[in-house]
Amino acid sequence: MELLIKNGAVVDPVNGNKGDKTDISIKDGKIVNKVSSKATVLDAGGRLVMAGGVDAHSHIAGAKVNVGRMMRPEDSRSGISPRTKITRPCTGYTVPNVYAMGYRYAQMGYTTVFEAAQAIMKARHTHEELEEIPIIDKGALTLFGSNWPTMDFVREKDMDKLAAYVAWGLLASRGFGVKCVNPGGGEMWGFGKNVTGLDDVVPSFDVTPREIIVSLMKVNEMLKLPHSVHLHCNNLGNPGNYKTTLASMELADQVKASKNRQVMHVTHLLFNSWGGTNWGDFESKSDEIANFLNNHDNVTGDMGQMIFGSATTMTADGPKQYANAKLLHAKWSNGDVECEDASGVVPIYYVKQISVHAIMWAIGLELALLTKDPYKMLLTTDHPNGGPFVNYSEVIALLMSNKKRQEEIKTVHEAVHAKNKLPGLDRELDFSEIAIMTRAGTAKVLGLLDTKGHLGVGADADISIYDIKPDQIDPSVEHAKIKSAFSSAAYTIKGGNIVVKDGQITATPLGRTYWVDAKVPQQHHDEMMKDIVKKFKNYYSIQLANYMVQDEYVTHPQVIKAGSVPVEVN
Amino acid sequence: MTLNAILITGRTINQGATIENKTSLDYQEATALCELNSKDIGLLGIKPGSQISVKTDHGDVVVKLKENNGNPDGMAFIPMGPWANAVVDPDTKGCGMPGFKGIKARLEPTDKKVLSMKDLIARYK
Amino acid sequence: MTVITDALCPFCGCLCDDLTIVVENNKITDIKNACKLGSAKIMGHHRIEAPMMRADKKSEFKEVSYEEAINEAAAILFKSKRPLLYGWASALCEVHKKGILLAEEVGAIIDNTATVCHAPSTLAVHEKGLPTATLGQIKNRSDVTVFWGSNPVHAHPRHMGRYSVFAKGFFQEKGRKGRKVIVVDVRKTETAAMADEFIQVQQGSDYLVISALRAILSGHADVVPESVGGVPKEQLAKLVDTLKAAKFGAVFFGMGLTQSISRYKNIDNAISLITELNAYTKYVITPMRGHYNVTGFGQVCSWETGFATAVDFARGAPYYNPGETAANDVLMRKETDAAMIIAGDAGAHFPADSVRQLARIPVIQIDPYWNPTTEVSNVVIPVAICGVEVAGTAYRMDGVSLQMRKMVEPTLPTDVEVLERITQRVRKLRGE
Repeated sequence: MELLIKNGAVVDPVNGNKGDKTDISIKDGKIVNKVSSKATVLDAGGRLVMAGGVDAHSHIAGAKVNVGRMMRPEDSRSGISPRTKITRPCTGYTVPNVYAMGYRYAQMGYTTVFEAAQAIMKARHTHEELEEIPIIDKGALTLFGSNWPTMDFVREKDMDKLAAYVAWGLLASRGFGVKCVNPGGGEMWGFGKNVTGLDDVVPSFDVTPREIIVSLMKVNEMLKLPHSVHLHCNNLGNPGNYKTTLASMELADQVKASKNRQVMHVTHLLFNSWGGTNWGDFESKSDEIANFLNNHDNVTGDMGQMIFGSATTMTADGPKQYANAKLLHAKWSNGDVECEDASGVVPIYYVKQISVHAIMWAIGLELALLTKDPYKMLLTTDHPNGGPFVNYSEVIALLMSNKKRQEEIKTVHEAVHAKNKLPGLDRELDFSEIAIMTRAGTAKVLGLLDTKGHLGVGADADISIYDIKPDQIDPSVEHAKIKSAFSSAAYTIKGGNIVVKDGQITATPLGRTYWVDAKVPQQHHDEMMKDIVKKFKNYYSIQLANYMVQDEYVTHPQVIKAGSVPVEVN
Repeated sequence: MTLNAILITGRTINQGATIENKTSLDYQEATALCELNSKDIGLLGIKPGSQISVKTDHGDVVVKLKENNGNPDGMAFIPMGPWANAVVDPDTKGCGMPGFKGIKARLEPTDKKVLSMKDLIARYK
Repeated sequence: MTVITDALCPFCGCLCDDLTIVVENNKITDIKNACKLGSAKIMGHHRIEAPMMRADKKSEFKEVSYEEAINEAAAILFKSKRPLLYGWASALCEVHKKGILLAEEVGAIIDNTATVCHAPSTLAVHEKGLPTATLGQIKNRSDVTVFWGSNPVHAHPRHMGRYSVFAKGFFQEKGRKGRKVIVVDVRKTETAAMADEFIQVQQGSDYLVISALRAILSGHADVVPESVGGVPKEQLAKLVDTLKAAKFGAVFFGMGLTQSISRYKNIDNAISLITELNAYTKYVITPMRGHYNVTGFGQVCSWETGFATAVDFARGAPYYNPGETAANDVLMRKETDAAMIIAGDAGAHFPADSVRQLARIPVIQIDPYWNPTTEVSNVVIPVAICGVEVAGTAYRMDGVSLQMRKMVEPTLPTDVEVLERITQRVRKLRGE
């Protein structure tokens, strides 16, 4: 199957292309040097061509998402479209059904999305949902930050066993990377408590969040995993938390990267860049966070941008969610996972006239504008916590147009003038920087830059074409056109197949599920398993034999080998 | 002698153990019954094992009487199943769930036989 | 002889996964660790051996081929204007996916057995959310266990041993001795008989009792009358103290709350109580799901359609409104003009008026066993037994998904196969 995309204004920062008209040749799902005369020709008409979007942090599948659906029929009702010849029915806005999840990402030109958090015990559920999300390539990050085996091995300072546990846990969950949410807090929440800082000691396990984070980073690099530790900092959502965030990020210096990437990725920084001491003196400290990133190459972040309107907060940060529900007088779902982690789901409505919300909204944008290198600040909304992913185009337009930002600032609570830097920031990101924040940078952070996020030879043929001519548009002035174009791709190509044309789904192939198979010395694995066997005998409510995700649940795997022992080459 | 009672229906271990075999006599014996405490049984003047007729505003059914002294006075329990459902309240109260518990019932001794499952359902055809 | 260890039980929402099954000559000869309910199901008994059909529900069935039965089933659904696809809870998630697709294709209402069980709990979750935990969390931590309107001795025999009362865990080393067990019910059940405290409430008064507890908990005992639902105020006040003194409290509830007057509002109130208790100490609440995979249907339906059950596809898009679109609603309004009943027994478990409507319309049954639904069916298609003869996915009452084993080889087609063939046939009839 050969395809030739001609006449596209290609923005491919990895390969140094800033909008030159370049042909892209595709054969058998990959970008190649050239194709034969038999190739189908697609004329891009001078329009913007980028690699398919890559999302490193989005809650798209699994127990939390489904709890969100079950508790929010009002959300399912807002976004219903009937089945067509090609598509199944779609429902939902903040918690779309699985079909909408795939179609709507594809319609925006996104082709790879990672589920932000799965507990090992519930990973089978995550994969059942991922299997039903059409089109996009996907994967899931596995929670390790409050797991009992993690804490035991951290306390014992046994990095070999911890590495073996992480390797085994990724296999058990068919996970892609190490996710760490409010480390230690998941265990505390088992009795309704929380950690308040990096040095709180988790009772019965005698470890601190600091030790958990550093240990997980160490084994992540021992295992040479493609992605780094992916951290949701302690104290999320508490005024003054920027100090915890900075202290967490400083831990990155304790570990050396095993690959050409960061050793720590800090997620949805919007919620962790807060100054002040209470809701009254709450203010932005995005400058402190951005300053840190500007001076360190071993930490990356993503925005977690807030979108006004309906959102559903869902996170493994169980205690935070209870607090949220209480604050908002909102319905509250909680889901502790035995021996592993917590979770909570709470609907929220972000309102322009609420000062705290306005300040938060501005913080997200500041993080992107103040971080100099776009490779260090990915574009996310922590879907659906900050807002649904279908609004990424709104964020793009805001980042590319100071004019749009100023217009928006006029409509939000005036607190942004006193508490934020945003009104005075006039930086406008260009198409290359946007491409980095939504494709190249994400692929690099995830360790997938060989096949994702760029349009060079060897990349997967995941391509998006937008209805903008980059040399003929002024994004600053024509931000509405930018938003509209990025909302609805002219073409989305996945693995060489056209899946979207003029914003409509034209094909629904199933994407692949990325997961990491990491090898450790057999002896370490065997020692580690002795602890696991004991835990299942005494503490888990299911049998070890029934715990691990079976092959049947991942029908289109894309396995990435890793490990602390050399990978066998056939 | 008519006993006025509040009827509830629900699961029992024997009903559950025979639920996959509803054509069996075991299932009928497990579910075509009505539990009352000994005081209420005394008021009816018959022995456990006898037939009683259970009438509600929604239907009537003949089942066997069983003693259960866990029941408070005036409470009848019929295990979930077709005999119970001959007399429960169909009203879903606008939310989809019929009224399987808390139905006003009138209980009387009877000579009528307990219908088999087949004959019970045949009444609806 | 084959010995299968760590097998899963296909009966109740406990989804016990520690069974040992002995198979000889493709027959199950021994089962270890299953309770009376699971053993009965797994051992099984004589089956419907071949598909059968009849035009008149009063006449005898005639044995037919699978092809004939499937074609007739497809024809019935194709011609129907308001079909109902009901049951599902005794089948695996792989079957549910096929069912939802078929419902979409024929514009049916799809509903599952939760409609007469815990669907009201889902309605309450829409209002208040669900603060819960996996069962191991309760095994490891709980020191107060409450069963409200639930009788696990009869309906979930191994629950107390595996999870909620006798189970020992990391923080709860004493098991039964380390727990206070409270049972709230309208009569003294066998579960109540083993409780540390049994609170007997007047039938239908649960909502009032929960409200009273909430009032006392929030410091407004003064508004509570001297007796609520037959329970003395003093006992209620003591109960609040007991609940507050827990380190980790777990409340389990059943049909006593979902089926009594006030229906879902009872659970709404109970969830509110749990949320309010969390201001003092850790509490979780869990519905005692009756079937081993009724939870699974709710999960699959939610991620595929946005709604947990009672989904109406007549408009081509999911529409959800229990009270309007639940199985008993449409049957009793006499709207349903054809029904397919699979892995569930409406004939046995629906009120008489619904069964009368089933008797008036063409009914397709997909089930291994002859039951009251068979009595009102026109087309009967026997299938392999999920969880015994067919492997696949099921969700435990706490939302943990597990893979059921195949214990013996099936001799009949599976639900998945039959549904696929019906769907293909419907498409053919539509000219695709």
